[in-house]
Amino acid sequence: MPLASYQTSVPVVVDDAKCIADKGCTVCVDVCPLDVLRISDMSGKAYMAYDECWYCMPCEADCPTGAVTVNIPYLLR
Amino acid sequence: MALDQIVDGLSEVSCDVLVIGGGTAGPMAALKAKLKNPKANVVLLEKANVKRSGAISMGMDGLNNAVIPGYATPEQYTKEITIANDGIVDQKAVYKYAQNCYKIIEELDSFGIRFLKNENGDYAVKKVHHIGTYVLPMPNGETVKKALYRQLRRARILISNRYMATRLLKSSDGRIAGAISVNTRTAEILVIKAKAVILCMGAAGRLGLPTSGYMFGTYENAANSGDGYAMAYHAGAALANLECYQINPLIKDYNGPACAYVAGPFGAFTANNEGSRFIECDYWSGQMMLEFYNELLSGKGPVFLQLKHLHPDTISEIESTLHKVERPTRGLFQQGRGVDYRNESIEMHISEIGFCSGHSASGVFVDDNARTTVPGLYAAGDMASVPHNYMLGAFTNGSVAGIDAMEFADSHDFAEFDAADVANERDRVLAPTKREDGIPPNQVEYKTRRLVNDYLQPPKVTRKYELGMRRLAETREDMQEHMIARNAHELLRALEVQSIMDCADMAVHASLYREESRWGLYHWRTDFPEKDNENWFCHTLLSKQNGKMTSEKRAVEPYVVPIADDEKDLYDKQRIRATA
Repeated sequence: MPLASYQTSVPVVVDDAKCIADKGCTVCVDVCPLDVLRISDMSGKAYMAYDECWYCMPCEADCPTGAVTVNIPYLLR
Repeated sequence: MALDQIVDGLSEVSCDVLVIGGGTAGPMAALKAKLKNPKANVVLLEKANVKRSGAISMGMDGLNNAVIPGYATPEQYTKEITIANDGIVDQKAVYKYAQNCYKIIEELDSFGIRFLKNENGDYAVKKVHHIGTYVLPMPNGETVKKALYRQLRRARILISNRYMATRLLKSSDGRIAGAISVNTRTAEILVIKAKAVILCMGAAGRLGLPTSGYMFGTYENAANSGDGYAMAYHAGAALANLECYQINPLIKDYNGPACAYVAGPFGAFTANNEGSRFIECDYWSGQMMLEFYNELLSGKGPVFLQLKHLHPDTISEIESTLHKVERPTRGLFQQGRGVDYRNESIEMHISEIGFCSGHSASGVFVDDNARTTVPGLYAAGDMASVPHNYMLGAFTNGSVAGIDAMEFADSHDFAEFDAADVANERDRVLAPTKREDGIPPNQVEYKTRRLVNDYLQPPKVTRKYELGMRRLAETREDMQEHMIARNAHELLRALEVQSIMDCADMAVHASLYREESRWGLYHWRTDFPEKDNENWFCHTLLSKQNGKMTSEKRAVEPYVVPIADDEKDLYDKQRIRATA
């Protein structure tokens, strides 16, 4: 059965200018209970790789530079 | 390297006590086990990261069941919980909790977790329950996880994050021998031999589908997919009263607590669209949830948490708790909708179904020492059968489990398991990664949970349950034969779906077994609408016997605290009478 991917707007947004993942920081990726954040191979910055969010906030609360913003997922906003 | 690339690997470690789940009960269990025997090895295994995992990821806004001398007695609390559960309670475990929880509060206080105190320095306990006074606010409740983590590091607990346990290992004589787990980012297998194992894996909170349709917008932490319930089942442990579902009142769409326990003591209340109260008491019981459900469906819905009548300073105080602790995005959600508590009430709804003893009574059967029916296997927190546990119950019973498990480990050697069990489990776990073509886990999960909503949500209708069972069996076949996982993260989700499917099957089986209605909305069977104490004043235990799901009755243990006849129905009279 062929697979298709479909578009989804993700709730967690990372400000690349503030993110220091390229310096070795992995805090937001480490603390996420659903394990949905990753560091991009291309930009070296954190991003939401999987839209499976409990909008719980550890990524935003624990980010040392204030780069992460958690929004309410669109479907329940 | 491709995202979450699968790596082939298998390693084995051993420890004295293995604690699975690093949320609330787990860290306390690990800590107490280690303090009991500092020379022993204690491993704390966690699917996410202990720093921020579990129901209290962002802390908790208060203790809902604190039995504090001067405010409440263990006898009174035991009585209240017994009545709130329609009498189906083994009181020994509840009574033991009630006796021990104050010590745990003091201990948490010594960890730096602060509780609300009045001007005299006494704990400022509030009344929410029908009879007694047990609610203690935690103004800096956001610090809970950090404080616990500090204690774990200090005690040198070995923490393994991002390992999902999938099955328990047992010896041929039925004793626990360890667990098999898989790394959630590489799919490497880790076998952990242990003399005793404590399951602290949380609720089955991803069972029903939230009305928003967003799969992870669950009431419980969405990581709590019922893995502990499924693992205990496959290990042959008994599970108690699974038909007593968990259903919660919540902020509509947001799907988190509104939260009447926080706002109620300040004067907020649950109201219908006429602004009138319709329930006597905001403490969650099946009967209260039934009144809530009825009000939503009557012409008097929606239901609201009303606090606009309060003084602005009071509202600010409530707001600062609701928007800072437990589910801090509540503020963002209300802001997005333009809701200001000062002039608008909070629209509420009820949650999807789940299993969670923390709020109701469905869990892996344990005695007052947190022992399951499998020797060497323990359970605590939201997944163990001690009813209405909440956070303090998870800490207190986690402590009981940790101490007893270490005593067990000290007096037993490792049990031997069959190497074939590991090989078979490895094949089962990795099967979705071996297929080239098939159905992704998110579709199998959506369908399973949609079926749970369509067929399993109360009111429970036998004919619907029979149809649901068939549809779930068809989806299970798809899951077992056709589900694919293209990377380690998808494999994590694929394994979680299997836990969800097991829980759905258990929900059906347990619900069809109890041929009466009990616990209000939680087990409302239209074909058996009455409570039948003559035949069903008992627990039901579900277990796997000779590979088959089986249910049986178990007598309620004689009460430690007697309940007078005129007290038994105090929680039945939840609806406010029209002629007051």
